Amino acid sequence: MTATVSRRNTVLTIGKYAALAFYLGFALFPLYWLLKIAVTPDTLIFSEGTRLVPSAFTFGNFMTVVFQTDFLAYFWNSLIVSFGTAFFTTLIAAGAGYAFSRFSFAGKRLIIAVMLITQMFPLLMIIAPIYKIVAGLGLLNSLTSLIIVYTAFNIPFATFLMQSFFDAIPKDLEEAAMMDGCSRFQALRKVVFPLTLPGLGATLGFVFTAAWSELLFALMLISKNDAMTFPVGLLTFVSKFSVDWGQMMAAGVLALIPSCLFFLFIQRYLVQGLTSGAVKG
Amino acid sequence: MARIEMRNIAKRYGSVEVLRNVDLEIEDGEFIVLVGPSGCGKSTLLRMIAGLEPITSGDLLIGDERMNDVRPRDRDIAMVFQSYALYPHMDVARNMGFSMEIRGEPSDERQSRIASAARTLGLTALTERLPKALSGGQRQRVAMGRAIVRDPRAFLFDEPLSNLDAALRVEMRLEIARLHRRLGTTMVYVTHDQVEALTLADRIVVLNNGEVQQVGGPLDLYERPANKFVAQFIGSPTMNVIAATGAASTVLLNNGATIELPAPGDASAVVEMGVRPEHIDVVSPDDGDMTGRAEVVEHLGSDTNIYIEVEGVGPLMVREHGNIPAKAGDLVGLRVQPQNVHLFARNGTAL
Ligand SMILES: Nc1ncnc2c1ncn2[C@@H]1O[C@H](COP(=O)(O)OP(=O)(O)OP(=O)(O)O)[C@@H](O)[C@H]1O
Ligand SMILES: [Mg+2]
Repeated sequence: MTATVSRRNTVLTIGKYAALAFYLGFALFPLYWLLKIAVTPDTLIFSEGTRLVPSAFTFGNFMTVVFQTDFLAYFWNSLIVSFGTAFFTTLIAAGAGYAFSRFSFAGKRLIIAVMLITQMFPLLMIIAPIYKIVAGLGLLNSLTSLIIVYTAFNIPFATFLMQSFFDAIPKDLEEAAMMDGCSRFQALRKVVFPLTLPGLGATLGFVFTAAWSELLFALMLISKNDAMTFPVGLLTFVSKFSVDWGQMMAAGVLALIPSCLFFLFIQRYLVQGLTSGAVKG
Repeated sequence: MARIEMRNIAKRYGSVEVLRNVDLEIEDGEFIVLVGPSGCGKSTLLRMIAGLEPITSGDLLIGDERMNDVRPRDRDIAMVFQSYALYPHMDVARNMGFSMEIRGEPSDERQSRIASAARTLGLTALTERLPKALSGGQRQRVAMGRAIVRDPRAFLFDEPLSNLDAALRVEMRLEIARLHRRLGTTMVYVTHDQVEALTLADRIVVLNNGEVQQVGGPLDLYERPANKFVAQFIGSPTMNVIAATGAASTVLLNNGATIELPAPGDASAVVEMGVRPEHIDVVSPDDGDMTGRAEVVEHLGSDTNIYIEVEGVGPLMVREHGNIPAKAGDLVGLRVQPQNVHLFARNGTAL
């Protein structure tokens, strides 16, 4: 009896790990391929097309990308846009999320409904109007335009995310702080804010990645080389007659670095955040 | 220290009336307990005193000043929440000293008050822990500590012991009683628990459906309930209430039994008679006012509870002191102690 149970447990455990391994392999394989092509010498890319490990390595692609293309400028532009977007979106979403979570006011349901509706339209539908608005403001080819547009698009989701984090913080805590002599703002700053750090981290991370990899608007609103963000810049590796795979992949690998660093930095907040959102207290 | 006065206070959420006509004067240093069934508005009343809930109409005075529109932080009142509401990111000492920190009081003064509160509550060894590393009872103590560090004008407690197990509850109850004796500060205490109410209170306020039913000392409420609700709410086990009619100084039960009241009076308005389980005596089957059959007998050691079905009257509960040799199925005689009978009119008021 106990033997069968423990055997079944072993089988279950093995099965679980096998499933995890399969998923991991599936998810990471494209990343591996990216890295592999980035370090494969140009001459071997097509001749050794499907070999898992290339027969020779080179860092030439990275060198070329960093020193002979505008990649660093794109990279810098992307950093500005992504950090700007993440900062402003999170700031606004935190305020709005707090209000949704704690206050009842006229029009609250309506605002929430409208925010949900904005998430329903395919982006393609609104590209033309957005282009017109941005052009009208004279902001074409500026990073500011991207920050504004990205912020506007990310606010609804980020607000709902922040609201759920605020909802998870018991109201009692703020009330206790107010009984202890805090004003509402002090209660927010000294009690609620420290407890929302995981939520802020998660929201920052989410918005940062979204802005970092956004292509459609960047492509539409930016045509000058010196304001290009990194995803648009990647396309410059595609010329009329050929694609420079090696350099493109090298640029891709470099582009992963800030996202990875960012998530490394916020991940301890993030993990806490995801559980504290799910389990109250 | 301050007295708290409520004048004709009402509370509405939209069209829902949660409290009405609340008039209450709480003397300086008094221990007032609010009791009532779930949803009757106890927490709401407490939160209005705290300033966490706006008052729809009426006046709230603390220390003879009108407080309706004063912010919670300026009322100088401490509150212990049912959930304890400890700040999870602060250690025990900082939790307790938080109010002084906010008021910008000097650090050494703060430390000494924290230390003395921690000593009082037996928390000295725990001051550097975070709340998540404390047991339920310890958290409860920290919540109390946070209140007493401040030396406020009044304490408010919203069911502070309801998350503790029975033994700890008794211990903390004594702790609170001791605290009140030592500090002499006005306390308003909300509870579901009769024993807490009866043991802690100088006066008990019984609420039902948003209205004050009766205010009085524990024994007043037990001996002279103002109406049927209070009669059944206070006292455990619950008072038996049976249909009855009255004439002059006699009460007539539905099974034909009569009970002579000790004091002559007019009992003609009576529709129900109440008698507490401890005020019915078990006698031999032919004696007494009526006879019934024991259905369940509970031997508690110090007491015996007997559930008796009396034909024409209904089920009655009887509590006898000590261990009496009755068992289920026995035929028993019951004698009602006439001096301890409560009579109610049709609208429930006591006569
Ligand atoms: N925001 C609100 N809107 C409408 N009704 C409310 C609101 N808050 C509380 N109530 C109602 O007010 C009544 C009193 O609530 P309150 O919390 O004071 O009850 P209570 O006596 O403390 O009950 P319990 O013993 O269960 O804690 C309840 O019937 C509740 O449904
Ligand atoms: Mg309550």
